[in-house]
Amino acid sequence: MPHSLSAQDVTTPGGLLLVLAILIPFIGMLIGFVFGGGKAMRVALATLAVGLAIVIAIAKALVQSGDAVIYILGGWMPPLGVALRADGLSVVMLLAIAVVICGIGVYARADFGSPSGVKEARAPLTFWLLLLAVWGSLNLVFVSGDLFTLYVALELLTFAAVPLVSLDGRSETVRSALRYLLYALLGSVLYLLGAVLLYGVYGTLDIPLLAMRVRPEPVAWAALALMISGLLAKTALFPLHLWLPPAHAGAPAAASAVLSGLVIKGSWFLAVRLWFDVFAGVVTLPSAQTLGTLGAAAILVGNVVALRQTRLKLLIAYSTVAQIGYLFLMFPLATGLSSAGLDSAVAVNGGMLQAISHAMAKAAMFMAAGLIYTTLGHDRVADLRGMTSTLPMTVLAFALAGASLIGLPPSGGFLAKWLLISAAITTLQWWWALLMLVGGLLTSVYVFIVVVRSLAPAHDGWKPKLPVPRYQQAAVLALALCSFLLGAAVLCPLDVMQIGRTVSRNTLLP
Amino acid sequence: MTLALAVDIGLALLILAMAAWTIAVRDTFASVIGFVTYGLLLTLVWVRLALPDVALTEAAMGGGLTGALLIGAAARLRRTEATVRERPGVFTRTLAAVLSATVTAALSFCVLNLPDPAPTLAPGAAAKLGSTGVGNPVTAVLLAYRSMDTLLEAIVVLIALFGVWSLAHDRFWGGCPQLRTHADSEGILAYFARILPPIGIIVGVYIFWIGADFPGGKFQGATILAAMWLLVIGAGLAHFPPVSQAWLRILLVAGPLVFMAIGFAGIVTAGAVFAYPDGFAKPLILAIEIALMPTLVLALALLVAGAPQRMPPQ
Repeated sequence: MPHSLSAQDVTTPGGLLLVLAILIPFIGMLIGFVFGGGKAMRVALATLAVGLAIVIAIAKALVQSGDAVIYILGGWMPPLGVALRADGLSVVMLLAIAVVICGIGVYARADFGSPSGVKEARAPLTFWLLLLAVWGSLNLVFVSGDLFTLYVALELLTFAAVPLVSLDGRSETVRSALRYLLYALLGSVLYLLGAVLLYGVYGTLDIPLLAMRVRPEPVAWAALALMISGLLAKTALFPLHLWLPPAHAGAPAAASAVLSGLVIKGSWFLAVRLWFDVFAGVVTLPSAQTLGTLGAAAILVGNVVALRQTRLKLLIAYSTVAQIGYLFLMFPLATGLSSAGLDSAVAVNGGMLQAISHAMAKAAMFMAAGLIYTTLGHDRVADLRGMTSTLPMTVLAFALAGASLIGLPPSGGFLAKWLLISAAITTLQWWWALLMLVGGLLTSVYVFIVVVRSLAPAHDGWKPKLPVPRYQQAAVLALALCSFLLGAAVLCPLDVMQIGRTVSRNTLLP
Repeated sequence: MTLALAVDIGLALLILAMAAWTIAVRDTFASVIGFVTYGLLLTLVWVRLALPDVALTEAAMGGGLTGALLIGAAARLRRTEATVRERPGVFTRTLAAVLSATVTAALSFCVLNLPDPAPTLAPGAAAKLGSTGVGNPVTAVLLAYRSMDTLLEAIVVLIALFGVWSLAHDRFWGGCPQLRTHADSEGILAYFARILPPIGIIVGVYIFWIGADFPGGKFQGATILAAMWLLVIGAGLAHFPPVSQAWLRILLVAGPLVFMAIGFAGIVTAGAVFAYPDGFAKPLILAIEIALMPTLVLALALLVAGAPQRMPPQ
C-alpha cells in the first residue's frame, strides 16, 4: 500500500492540536487530583468540553488540508525523535471516542457526584481521574507514529482501565480486575518483545520508516505474531476473552461503558495500525484468515453464550465478546482485496465503522442497563416488567443500540456490515458474509427478548427503587441515536477515513 | 578459556538456575527471594555488557523496588496462603510450558539471527548530543529526543498509584498508608534508620545529579531516596502523610506539570513543544529532573506502602 507519509515529514498546520489532544486530558487529571472531592468532577467535565473542541479542530485541519496532520515533537526528526500523525483513521476514532466520553461524562455526573457531607469519596475521585486518563491514553494510541510511544500508551491504558473494574470494592470485582490485569500485562510484554525485535533488525520504531524497511522474513513474522497475540489478549478476542465478561459486567455502569465501548478499541486500533501500516508487505492471506476464524468463533460463541445469560449486564458483556469478532473480520476481507489487487478501503472502512458504532451502542447499552438496575434494584432479564412505562427513553435507547448491533438500517452497524459483506462477496469469501448474517440473527434474539420483557406491565403498586434523572436517560438516548443514525455517513461526500493514507484514491463509500 | 568467559558462563548458569528456582519453588516468600536474586544477577550481566545505565536501573527498579513490592505482597499473603490449595491442572500447566517453550525458542532463533552489526541509532543520538548540552546520551534520549515518552512514564507511575489507592476501604479514604512492621524504637532497625539516611540521601542525590553527564539519573536516584524514607517509616520513626494532604498531592503532580510547562514554553522559545532554546537545554533539562524528583520519590514509596489503612490521628 503506497503511503503519502514519508520519512521527510514536517509539522503541518494544526499539528500542535495533536499534542493538546493527548496532554489536555492528563493535565485535567493532575489538576483534578490536586483539588480533589467534588471539584475533581467539575475539572473533568470542563476538560471533556475543551478536549472535544480540540478533536473537532483536528478533524477540520485534516479535511481542509486533505492530508495527514503531523507534529514533530521537540523538532527532533524520526527515527531519533518521535512524530505524531493523524490520518483519516485516527481522526474518525478521535471524534467517535470524544463523543462517547462526553456522553459517559454527562451520565456519570449522577452516579459519581460527590456524596453530601463527605469531603471526598474514593470511587468518584478515582472514576473521574481515570476517565480522563483513559481518554488521553486512547488519543495517544490513535495519533502516535512510534512503536515505543505506543507501548507507553498501552501501559497508560491498562493502568487507567483496570481499577475501573473494581471501583465498587467488592472482592469478586477485585478478582476480575486482577485477572484482567494479568491478561493485559501479558499482552504488553508480548507487544514490547515484538517492538524490540523490530528495532533490533530494522533500527527504527517510526511507523512509516519501518513500513519501508520491513521485509517478509522470519524475524518480521515473529514480531508480527508476538505483537498481534499481545493485542488480541488485550482486546479479548476469542479464545482470550475469558477475562472480559466478569470484568465488564461487574464494574459500575459508567465504568462498564468506558471499558466495553472504548478501552478495547485502543488495542484493536493498534492491531489495525500494525497490520495495514507497518506489516502491509509481510502479512499473508492465510494469517488474515486465522484472525478472521477467531473472529468467527467469537461471534458464534459470544452470541450463543449471551443468549443463555440471566443477568442483563452479563448478557451485554457477552455481546461485546461477539461484536469484537466482527472487528476482526476486516482483516481477511481487506487483505483479500489488496492481494487481489483491489482497493481495500471498503473493508477497512467497514471495520472502522463497526468499531465506532459498537463504541456508541455498547456504551449506551451498559448505561441503559445501569439505569434499569437503579430503578429495579436488580438486572435479571426475566423480570424487567414495567421498564417501558417507567423508563421509556432508556428502553428506546436500548432498542436503538440493539438495532445497531444487529445491523438494521440505517444504523452504523448496518453500514459497517454492508461494507464488510460487499467486500466478502467481491473477494469470493462468501462464508464471512453468511456468518455475519447468522450473528445478526442471534443478536436480534437477545435484544428482542430484553425489549419484550420490558414491555410487560408492572405489578400493581410497584414503585421504582430510586428515581432516575432525565438527563441521564437523555445522555443514553443521545449515544444510542448517534449509533443508530451513523449509517448516514454514507451520504458524506468525502471518504474522510482514507485521507492521508494513500497517494490518490477516488473510491467513496458505495 | 579466559577468565571473563568463565565468569560469563557461570553468570548465565546461575541466572537460569535462579529463574528455574523462582518458578519451581512452592513457597511464595522463597520465590520472591529467588526473583530478587535473579534481578541482581541480571544487573551483573548489564555490567558485563558495559551498559552501566541499564545496570543501575535494573538494580534500583528491577531488584530493589520490585523486590520491595513483592516482599510486601508475599508478607500480606502469608496468613491466607496456607489455606489455598487451588492449583492449575496438568493440562493448563502443560499448555503453559509448551507455549513458553515455543516463545523462548522463537525468540532465541530471532535473536541469534539479528543482523551483525546491529542497526542502531546510537551514533545519531551521540552526534546530536552537543545541542542538548548534556553529556550522557541516555539522558539526551530520555529528556530531549523522546521526552514525551518520559513525561508519560512519570504519569503512568501516578496512575498506578491511583489504582493502588482505589483498593482502600471507603472508611479509610483520605487516611494514611501503613507499613506492617513491629517497630522497636530502641531496636537495630531504628538504629540503622538513624544512621543510614544521611548517607543514602547523599548517594541518591549524587546519582541523580551526575545523571546528566554520566550513568545515573532520576529514576535510580529516586529509588534510593524512596528506600531511605521507607526505612525511616518502617522503623517507626515517621509516618506516611494522609493521601488527602494538600502538599503531598501538589508535590505528586508538580513534576509532570513543570515538565509540560517547560515543554509548552518550547513553542515560543524554540518553535516546538518539548524543544529547548539554544544554550538553555541543560538548565531546562535539570529543572525538569529536579521537579520530577519529589514526584518519583513520593510515588515509588507510596506504591510500596499500599492503600490507605487508617485515619490520621486527630
